[in-house]
Amino acid sequence: MSTIPGPTAFRGSLRHEAITFAGVVERNWYLIKRYFWWELAFFVWSLANTLTIVFIAKGIKAAGGQIDVNRATTTLLIGAVIWSYLGIVFEFMTETVAWERWEGTIEYTFMAPLRRSVHLFGVGVFAVVYGVFRSAVLFTVVAFFFGLHMPDANFIAAIAVLTVASASFIGVGTMTSVLPLISPEKGAQLGFVAQGTLLVISGVYYPVSVLPQWMQWLSTISPATYALRGIRRALLGGASLAGVWQDIWPLLIIGTVAMPLGLWVFGRGEVYAKKHGKLKRSG
Amino acid sequence: MYAVEVNNLRKEFFRRDATRSGLRRKRRRVPALEGVSFTIERGECVAILGQNGSGKSTLVRLLSTLLLNDGGSAAIFGHDVFKEQRVVQRLVNRVSVEASFFKKMSSEENLAYAARFYGMAPRETREEIVRILARVGFPTDRKHEGMEHLSRGMQQKVALARALLTSPVVLLLDEPTTGLDPRSKLEVQDFVREIRSTHDATILLCTHDLNEAEILADRVGILDRGRLVALAPVAELKEKYDAETLEEAFFAATGRAFEEEDEDAERGVFA
Repeated sequence: MSTIPGPTAFRGSLRHEAITFAGVVERNWYLIKRYFWWELAFFVWSLANTLTIVFIAKGIKAAGGQIDVNRATTTLLIGAVIWSYLGIVFEFMTETVAWERWEGTIEYTFMAPLRRSVHLFGVGVFAVVYGVFRSAVLFTVVAFFFGLHMPDANFIAAIAVLTVASASFIGVGTMTSVLPLISPEKGAQLGFVAQGTLLVISGVYYPVSVLPQWMQWLSTISPATYALRGIRRALLGGASLAGVWQDIWPLLIIGTVAMPLGLWVFGRGEVYAKKHGKLKRSG
Repeated sequence: MYAVEVNNLRKEFFRRDATRSGLRRKRRRVPALEGVSFTIERGECVAILGQNGSGKSTLVRLLSTLLLNDGGSAAIFGHDVFKEQRVVQRLVNRVSVEASFFKKMSSEENLAYAARFYGMAPRETREEIVRILARVGFPTDRKHEGMEHLSRGMQQKVALARALLTSPVVLLLDEPTTGLDPRSKLEVQDFVREIRSTHDATILLCTHDLNEAEILADRVGILDRGRLVALAPVAELKEKYDAETLEEAFFAATGRAFEEEDEDAERGVFA
């Protein structure tokens, strides 16, 4: 208990950062395990929600519309699954603060020698891995339910697009995770506003071309636009990695900007919270 | 070098008032700490006494890097609390009035991830967690139970274990026994004594338990409305204020009875 390390002892310690990163992942894993039945319940909700949307394709056909039901169903399914995936990522990121405040652990986490970038990246990586797993299960279940045929689908290219897009999603999620720090009461709900806004301009269930011009312009800076387009190109058109490159490079650029920007925004929020005494448990 | 050095430390908060100026509610300035200065020697235990709203928790939060100051300075073993936060964070840990854990997770899981945040790998903590839980008097056969199933006293023991697991050189105890039953209270106090006798830990104990301050601390400070009005060994305090008990000394120093709760609790400062 008596060693008093100097300031250099912790700088640049890759091992220390790796362990703290593992700690964040480990904690989220424990929570998923402990809330397993709730996770299952939320999965059922996601499934019901996805089915509601995907049935629209059959509904249009039943109403006399002339559409390729298989293609329309897959297009809607991709939109619904990405919506669900973004929901998981944003929920985890936003709960970085909100959940900890509710449990009362926020003070202990923020007074630990845990680099904020490692902290948030750890939460983001866990959210992405868990989100990809849950989304894959959701996609598979609904695809079987509708008996969808995707003979040309290139799943590798689709996963590559989603992986690259996830860096941007973590960046945007980091920006939204600062909201509960600034507004303990309602900040967490604003994460859902960000998720909805991002998807409405990104062509979640429709081509971006149907949007008004100003929304189309906004869609060019939304990572979800390229994620949805690239994944549809890979699953519906069978595009290879080279074929989805046109969606990957904008995602790389947006991710390169969004991650440091997200950290900067969170950093400003943390300073604000420390100045105004908001870094504390609820109640 | 002092373990803790606080110099003219100031912190204030702004709270919305009931009165309005146009459409906006007026904001009032609430000083939480006003020019607090003191030092703590390495290995010393200093207790800070004060009523609710006196600024005790604000002081602990400032030293824990959870708040930024509005003036003055604070250092832990020479490291600036506000400029060298990560170094200070490695040196300090804290036990507060609320045990604060993920309730669904077990004590073992809560301690494991908390230790990871301080750079302790699984192989370093696997046995250490069991050892330290046993040391604080926690029945280790219950280490897999969710925290929500543990009594308040048990949870506070796990909080002590969490603080000690990271080997802090400065331990901040913010009303660690408030709300505990008499037996748990004595166990926690015994453990604090044991830490002092077996480790080279410096302790800042914020409490409103006069007896606890008297039996545990080398020196006792009196914090009143954000000002540190006295800091001395109990005997000196009694002599200075011509008091037979610490409670009388508190009254003489502040002009108020210790149990008396007045507008201070409503100052809008952390209680």
